[in-house]
Amino acid sequence: MTDTVIKCESVYKIFGTNAKKMLQEANGNVDAKTFQENGCIVGVNNASFEVLKGEMLVVMGLSGSGKSTLLRCISRLTDATAGKIFIEGQDLLSLNNKELIELRRNKMGMVFQSFALLPHKTVVENIAFPLQIKGIKTKDSINKAMEMVKLVGLDGRENYFPRELSGGQQQRVGIARSLAVEPDIWFLDEPFSALDPLIRKEMQDEFLRLQEKLQKTIMFITHDFDEALKLADRIAIMKDGIIEQLDTPANIVLNPATEYVKKFTEEVPREKVLKIEDVMEKPNNENLSDLKVLRNEIIENVAEKILTQEKSVSVIDENNQIVGTVHPSKIISTVFGGKKSTD
Amino acid sequence: MELLKKYPKLFQWIFLLVAFFTLCFAIDVPETYKFIRGQAEFIKDPNQSTYTLFGAEVRYYAFDVFWRLPPLLGWLPIWINDSLFFLMNDWMPIEFWNEDTQEFRTQPLVLKITRNLTSFITFLIELIREILLGGVETIVAFTSWDWISENSWAELPGLPWTIVAAGAAILGYKLSGKGLALFAAIVMVYISIFGQWKPSMQTLSFILVAAPLSFIFGLSLGIMAFKSKRVEKALYPILLVMQTMPQYAVLVPAIVLFGVGDHAGVIITMVVAVPPMILLTLLGLRGVSPEVIEAGRMSGCNNLQLMFRVLIPTARRDILIGVNQVIMVCFSMAVISAFIGAKGLGFNLLLALNQLNIGLALEAGLCISLIAILLDKLSLAWANKQTDYFGNLTFFQRYKNLLFFSGAILIGIIFAYFGSFYFKEGFNYLYEIPHNKGISTADFWNKGVDWIWDTFFQTLKIFNTWLIVDVLQPMRAAYLRMPIVATFVLVMGAGYIIGGIRSALTVGGLTLFIALSPWWDRALVTTYMATFGVILSCVIGFTVGTLCFQNKHTTNFMLGVCDIFQTFPSFVYLIPVMMLFGVTDTSVLIAVVVYATIPATRYTIEGLKSVPSSLHDAASMSGVTKIQRLLKIEFPLALPHMMLGLNQTIVFALFMVIIGAFIGTEDLGQYILKAISDKKGAGIGLTLGLCVAFIGLVFDHLIRTWVEKRKKHLGID
Repeated sequence: MTDTVIKCESVYKIFGTNAKKMLQEANGNVDAKTFQENGCIVGVNNASFEVLKGEMLVVMGLSGSGKSTLLRCISRLTDATAGKIFIEGQDLLSLNNKELIELRRNKMGMVFQSFALLPHKTVVENIAFPLQIKGIKTKDSINKAMEMVKLVGLDGRENYFPRELSGGQQQRVGIARSLAVEPDIWFLDEPFSALDPLIRKEMQDEFLRLQEKLQKTIMFITHDFDEALKLADRIAIMKDGIIEQLDTPANIVLNPATEYVKKFTEEVPREKVLKIEDVMEKPNNENLSDLKVLRNEIIENVAEKILTQEKSVSVIDENNQIVGTVHPSKIISTVFGGKKSTD
Repeated sequence: MELLKKYPKLFQWIFLLVAFFTLCFAIDVPETYKFIRGQAEFIKDPNQSTYTLFGAEVRYYAFDVFWRLPPLLGWLPIWINDSLFFLMNDWMPIEFWNEDTQEFRTQPLVLKITRNLTSFITFLIELIREILLGGVETIVAFTSWDWISENSWAELPGLPWTIVAAGAAILGYKLSGKGLALFAAIVMVYISIFGQWKPSMQTLSFILVAAPLSFIFGLSLGIMAFKSKRVEKALYPILLVMQTMPQYAVLVPAIVLFGVGDHAGVIITMVVAVPPMILLTLLGLRGVSPEVIEAGRMSGCNNLQLMFRVLIPTARRDILIGVNQVIMVCFSMAVISAFIGAKGLGFNLLLALNQLNIGLALEAGLCISLIAILLDKLSLAWANKQTDYFGNLTFFQRYKNLLFFSGAILIGIIFAYFGSFYFKEGFNYLYEIPHNKGISTADFWNKGVDWIWDTFFQTLKIFNTWLIVDVLQPMRAAYLRMPIVATFVLVMGAGYIIGGIRSALTVGGLTLFIALSPWWDRALVTTYMATFGVILSCVIGFTVGTLCFQNKHTTNFMLGVCDIFQTFPSFVYLIPVMMLFGVTDTSVLIAVVVYATIPATRYTIEGLKSVPSSLHDAASMSGVTKIQRLLKIEFPLALPHMMLGLNQTIVFALFMVIIGAFIGTEDLGQYILKAISDKKGAGIGLTLGLCVAFIGLVFDHLIRTWVEKRKKHLGID
């Protein structure tokens, strides 16, 4: 099933007093510099994309690139200046306050960079908060919250206050809180940026584990390209409010659309990103070795095995059908050849 | 020249001081000039001129503009007074249906409103008072006096003191634990045994009405100001003036509007206690991180839920400081309101001070302070209370506090009942220990005072004389010798150097108001006393604060001491100094110093604490000694915060100087005190209050501007 859950049609967000007027005059041709001279700051510039059900879209960009603004437009924490946003076919911008609250209470969850926990509530109270806001009885909401505590592995700490927890633990609370109402759509705004590298890796793995289990539709904001590659189904790279490229990690690494995107991809170890299917050739009748590899295997994991072979290796899909071949030399050129072209 | 470029500000200051002193020496005192003493306004000096404006005759010495400005604003108090009376008695007469007489009556709108407010607040006070002490007023409020005289049984009996004490202890236990329970019990038993039960409960009922009302008003206005820029802008100047307005000065218009009694006291308390509550609410709400607000929104909060379940709890720290301030002000005002007829401990305290019965005053003061600390701790514990969701409580555990309290009521009643048999003649000590029938230590203290006087009389007298003759008199003379032009040059010059032309005009305008009022000389005296107090307080406070900061334990100890001292109502400070120095200026000044040292010390410690620890480490690694670190790193960085302390010190000092008028000083306070007993004093009191407030605001403005610039310069938020 490939339902569209989030759909944006030329969304603009421009800060400033006469933003609307300026935008109309610009006639869809927004230039950040001219706007800035007139006291307006362009946050999001003509963003159009879709997010499918169960898909994870990672929005990547450096600070000030408008990625958080884009997320806040889609969660309607700020109102977009122009454009249309549809959540499951519903026009988000036409909702009145009450409908918006209903939508947030049932369909959306959000995790914040600085955790944004309520300092006066314990772990379990924080997690139960969205449920209590919904009007669920204290006892039921606490029970549900305890389930979430277990899900994120904080058992035994449910009566701690946020200030008594480490950063990673606090973010676990933030994640649990955003999941408590069992939302369909999950927004994460740089959730791991404030954490130490080791904890960050641990949390990313934990996050992938959760996502495998829950299959939410996700918009994930990050400024860390490696994180984006690791987590994303698709990545949107933003610069100055414009989405420079929106594609799968492999395509971005193999075919960067602009110079800006290229700069990010240069340093990326391809073998860690690309899958066998990204480099395989169409099956022909040449002499194949006995080794078979799965098409969605990351190159790094199978490179050693493939390199022991002299002939091409056959690539198979889940049904054990041969869908292509890979020659060891292709692996070598993928791993070592990437940088040559940019020199 | 290079020096000039390096320290341009320094040279500006030097230039300013040179100009100031040149003016001081160049302008002679006019021969006709005379300091007007307290009684003098009834006798017309032949050298005085008069002018009449709006039907008000204003008398003044025809001074030149260099020495003193003529009191061109002299008509203002009278005009304010007349307008107030007009508002009350003639403006907008409206017809009302009168229940008692069964006919329409006309009453001016404002009068009607104030009367209704009065009866509402009186009802609240009486209700709580009669629950605690017994009486008939509450029942009267629902029925009528006739009904009461027919049914003599109908009377609220009042709770025996044992029950109230047990209730307080149980409340303390429920909110915090054994410690607070014990403290609550000790306070209550102390009050009762020392025969202060009745006045204490009167004061308590006053506070239990004033504090929650102030809290609610302050919180709601704070929220409104947070939501709307326009409300904030409208409130801001009022808040600013109210922060530095002496509490005395507000009493006078209140008498006109609300008459005398507890209710007027409560209303005045609200007027004084609400501004800090508003400011702190606003500060707290502003401080909530935007992500927390977004988290609340994404959890699906509507506006109400966002405010009461996210914003306010998150801003709890500042709001709690606000509650603390409200309680402090309430106790302070509970004493001051005795001037306009509020009953309770404050009244006894004033009476005792008037009779110079230091022992009695000390007992009453101690009671007020104890109740203040108790309420402060209870409110704090209440705000920090946690709920336990997981305990599988039995019925008994869940309701044990309620059960205990019911038990306490039962036992208390039984005790009181048996007591009525046991204490046959006179008083039932298990019901209520009457005033002055408890243990009294007053004699002991009075004897102590006598002993001190007998033993140290000479020493104290020598010190007193030395201080007055060699320090205070010359200082006062120097202040009074200051020509008005010189003052303006100094004040506006300082404003210009610190904050540019805008600041110069602001402080100049504030000073001009005082200069054109009839009380410039008085304002100078007030300023001189405040200056003296502030200088000493700062020296002591900064020294003590710095010394205490060297050790973690002393730091916490000192902050605790400041907390407790801050809870004492300002009037209480007058007791010990009067014990030692009697009715002199010295007493006032020492009270000022003690009172104003609290913020000086606290802000010094907090300022030093706010220096980031990474800087400490960086300094240590550069190999500085402890002294070097203090002078080169900690002081410069802590200075902005410490200057805010100076600001508070000035405000505290001004308040105490004004309160000192009760002992007898010749400054603005003396006139304010006089205005309280003057039927037409409302205008005078208010104008005088504004004068004091403006003195405070001049310093406030200069310091704040400096702090902001300095913080920007240092890059501290």
